[in-house]
Amino acid sequence: MIKDYTKFAFRTFKVRGIRTFLTMLGIFVGIAAIVSLISLGQGLENAITEQFEMLGTNKIIISPAGTFFGFGGEASSDLTEDDLDVINKVKGVKTAGGMLFKFANVKFGNEIKYTFVIGLPLDESGQIIQDLSGFDVDKGRDLKEGDKYKVTVGDFLAQGDFFEKKVQIRDKIEIEGQEFAVIGQVARIGNPADDSQVYIPMETARELFDEPLKLDFIMLEGVKGIDMSALAEDIEKDLRKHREVDEGEEDFNVQTFEELMDTYSTILVIVQAVLIGIASISLLVGGVGIMNTMYTSVLERTNEIGVMKAIGAQNKDILAIFLIESGFLGLIGGVIGILIGVGIGKLVEFGAAQQGLDILKASFPWYLIVGALLFSFLVGAISGVAPARQASKLKPVDALRYE
Amino acid sequence: MKKSIIRLDNVKKTYFIGDIEVPAVRGISLEVKKGEFMALVGPSGCGKSTLMNLVGALDIPTEGRIFLEDKDIAQMSESTLANVRGKKIGFIFQQFNLISTLDALGNVVLPMIFQGYNEAKRTARAERLLKMVGLGERMHHKPNELSGGQQQRVAIARALANNPDMILADEPTGNLDSKSGRQIMDLLGHLHLKEGKTIVMVTHDLHLVHYAHRVIHLKDGLVLKERIISKDHHHGER
Repeated sequence: MIKDYTKFAFRTFKVRGIRTFLTMLGIFVGIAAIVSLISLGQGLENAITEQFEMLGTNKIIISPAGTFFGFGGEASSDLTEDDLDVINKVKGVKTAGGMLFKFANVKFGNEIKYTFVIGLPLDESGQIIQDLSGFDVDKGRDLKEGDKYKVTVGDFLAQGDFFEKKVQIRDKIEIEGQEFAVIGQVARIGNPADDSQVYIPMETARELFDEPLKLDFIMLEGVKGIDMSALAEDIEKDLRKHREVDEGEEDFNVQTFEELMDTYSTILVIVQAVLIGIASISLLVGGVGIMNTMYTSVLERTNEIGVMKAIGAQNKDILAIFLIESGFLGLIGGVIGILIGVGIGKLVEFGAAQQGLDILKASFPWYLIVGALLFSFLVGAISGVAPARQASKLKPVDALRYE
Repeated sequence: MKKSIIRLDNVKKTYFIGDIEVPAVRGISLEVKKGEFMALVGPSGCGKSTLMNLVGALDIPTEGRIFLEDKDIAQMSESTLANVRGKKIGFIFQQFNLISTLDALGNVVLPMIFQGYNEAKRTARAERLLKMVGLGERMHHKPNELSGGQQQRVAIARALANNPDMILADEPTGNLDSKSGRQIMDLLGHLHLKEGKTIVMVTHDLHLVHYAHRVIHLKDGLVLKERIISKDHHHGER
């Protein structure tokens, strides 16, 4: 019987094509928004998790308070080489290294542009910075001890996406007026900011920018098998003592990678929840649209309902006919919405990749698709309950007499 | 004595328009017996539509009782009544009342869906019925692609779908030209004579009453007179 009533619903949709489409519009806009938002949010989370997993969980980042992962805002109090010494003495620290970066002008040929210039330590601690930042030289060579005015460049520079011309090995570039020889190209990281950076030896950077002690952040690796949160607490304690601040008033952050990952995830979840909340309003409006259409439909088909009752339809049959119809209005709207949502997700992914952000992959887990389908069907069916009940309660004589 | 299909026992039906009482049926007793062709006739406003709704178990009387196969319909739940109605009574309406989104076959199949017949069975039966009413070639036409006479024949096939005890026809020729009207009446006459169907027809057209065995004249919500027409009088076969 459900099969027959489903056929009825599809015949009605066919006959009332435009109205059906307009009714579904409300649903598929909402579903498309939700599917694309969740797929991109999920993709972002996957990308972050993947990056963190690649780096390993036995890492800690120390940054000045008031910044996030080293970026944004003026640090209230800089980290210095002294802090790095303190950290290196904490039991359980395997290697620790610091990094300096400056937004500086870079000249290539006649072009002058601004980008981040990273000062890298050239001792063994440089390796941990490279590991943690996820960059690797894939052409030419790494900076090594003894280098002074040598530079390795990000992929955007190497590919000609930054300057008009490609920056090749053995080319010369000027940083803050000082000439540097290009010795290596760094493999693509996957986001435009990181891929536009250039890397110079730490000592050269200190001279060039007149920053004898400052470190923008410090990264460290713990010895194998150690409890990272306990290590983070130890470091925090020693740094407090060294910097003479009280507990709760630290002017620095000590974050394990796990904490950092949680922080990112939490922010992502909140942002997603807000966006989905907004998208849900459109679904609600879509539901009201279905209800309105169903009421109109009941009114139009009053005579038909009377006929069906006369020839043996029970209240439950009429109820089922209208509920199935409204449910399918929702479901088909949902299917279209999912298709559009997947399209938008893929489009954003493509657009991001065009901009160099190729770590962002829209993700469509099965539960998102199934959930969206189920949800759209439910919105339709629930919106149809009141009109369908009204239809099923019509008295056959009254319904037959209705013109 | 022939089996009673539906029996009305001093039935009254009063409508209210605002505060004003409108007695449409003011006390009618009648019995439809298996195999008869009964005509309910009278001028408009005589209460025949109301009576037809009562005979068709579409409505509940204000007073008096209606027995469908010796069961009081007032005691039945709405669902049971719908189910019984679907099984026992086939309706033919003046406006044809076909479902516009369904083709001829779909319309004839519909009552059988409500009774839960399986698809193969009901399709075969619907096809047979449509062939019987002469629409074998037009099974997949929508109502708006059929003439009035053809639509009414679809309606007759639909009325026969669940092999009902009684066919209730409300002004079956009221919306048809005289030729189509005669064809429909011949078809009903044939169903009565050859298939032994019980038919109750409501009409204001006195020309149609000669198809019936028993004619009940109504006036002002009451039975004015009842007339029996000879049973071996053959009609509709001309």
